[in-house]
Amino acid sequence: MTQPGFFDLLSFGPDGWAKALLAGAWMTILIALSGYTIGAVIGTFGAWAKISGGRTLRVAADAYTTVLRGIPDLLVIYLLYFGGSAAITSIGRLFGADGFISFPGFLAGALAVGITSGAQHTEVFRGAFKAVHRGEIEAAIACGMSRSLRFRRIIAPLTLRHALPGLGNVWQVVLKESALVSITGVVELLRQSQIGAGSTGLPFDFYLIAGLIYLAISTVSSIAMRQAERHFSRGVRRG
Amino acid sequence: MDWEFTQETFISLVSALPLTLSLAATAIALGAILALALALARTSGIVVLDWFARAYVFVFRGTPLLVQIFLIYYGLSQFPAVRHSIFWPVLRDAYWCAVMALSLNTAAYASEIIRGGLLSVPHGQVEAARACGMPRLMVFRRIVLPLAIRQALPGYGNEVISMIKATSLASIITLMEVTGVAARIISETYRAIEVFVVAGFIYLAINFLLTRLVQLVEFKLSPHLRQLENAADAVIAGDAR
Repeated sequence: MTQPGFFDLLSFGPDGWAKALLAGAWMTILIALSGYTIGAVIGTFGAWAKISGGRTLRVAADAYTTVLRGIPDLLVIYLLYFGGSAAITSIGRLFGADGFISFPGFLAGALAVGITSGAQHTEVFRGAFKAVHRGEIEAAIACGMSRSLRFRRIIAPLTLRHALPGLGNVWQVVLKESALVSITGVVELLRQSQIGAGSTGLPFDFYLIAGLIYLAISTVSSIAMRQAERHFSRGVRRG
Repeated sequence: MDWEFTQETFISLVSALPLTLSLAATAIALGAILALALALARTSGIVVLDWFARAYVFVFRGTPLLVQIFLIYYGLSQFPAVRHSIFWPVLRDAYWCAVMALSLNTAAYASEIIRGGLLSVPHGQVEAARACGMPRLMVFRRIVLPLAIRQALPGYGNEVISMIKATSLASIITLMEVTGVAARIISETYRAIEVFVVAGFIYLAINFLLTRLVQLVEFKLSPHLRQLENAADAVIAGDAR
């Protein structure tokens, strides 16, 4: 058997894996985006709980961030994937279906990534809110803005601007974490590379390509983040 | 929650703890040496070394650790030259592949932390040491390194904790450390929540102890700040009198 060369693997032809790998990369981006969005929603609530929640909410939010930053992300994925399957199977049994029903890997993965990144989002948003000048909020109150208007027009835009660098870092972490979702069988970039490596016997080439694609995605997104930071800090005087 | 099952799980997970700790400790030790070398290369001012270190950090921080592990464990065996070399007994072993990937990975992150520490050393301290007639190496050993370590310690502590978490990925290449054993028990019994709680408790306990340890070292390394605090207390006490 003649083995295809490195660049043959990257072609779109019948022997090429380019199409499959790009589809995998797209799936990686989808998982990362869904996880990131879930994390941002959790983070917003977490930060709100830490800043203006009552005692119980504050303790709960603190416990959440401490626990999620102290345990491996892989463990959370296992919990949701296997725990979700067990839950669905027992629900299915209630409705008369017997046999094992597996939890969708994409959902488990996106939720797991979201829950772990939610802890980081919480800290980023909380820190960013702390950086908003008291006077801005006081001025808004003095102008007679209602609570929701204040949040929408003053607090949210200012907090987001301060949060931008932190949000960029969280995105990079989420992107790399999405590789762990491959263990649930979702065909994202790493899983696709594993499949390719298995069927061609060229693991080095495939994992190298996967690494290069991850590198490309993270480079493009860090450039985009830098642009966004520059765009949203137009009105800010620097040092 | 089934108490008996929880206890059994705890015992099997704790017996996997030595592997987790040995992976983390070996990787952190090897990674620290490499990180120091990279940080020195980055601050050396020699263009070739500087760019090498930059590229290294870019590549290892920009790709998932799991890809790095797969590249070393599965990827290298693709080449007959590697399979016939004297390194094969090491490269065939999942343990050493995991240690290698973890060390290379942590070195990239830690080198940036150490570089920050090295850059924070005030220039006057180095000048003073030079003026005392210390040779370059001694300045580094006695002045620059201790000051840099003290500055870098909090950041480095976080990196150590993320290394403990990262050892869980070794379970994917068949190593039965804490997460690996947890995954096996979950897939055998489908009692995800109990196993998760026990495993999570173990990881939290290690990380709590490590955080405390770093705080203790930080406290020991900064006697000058403590004296200042005491002095301030004394002044306040004096005023009160």
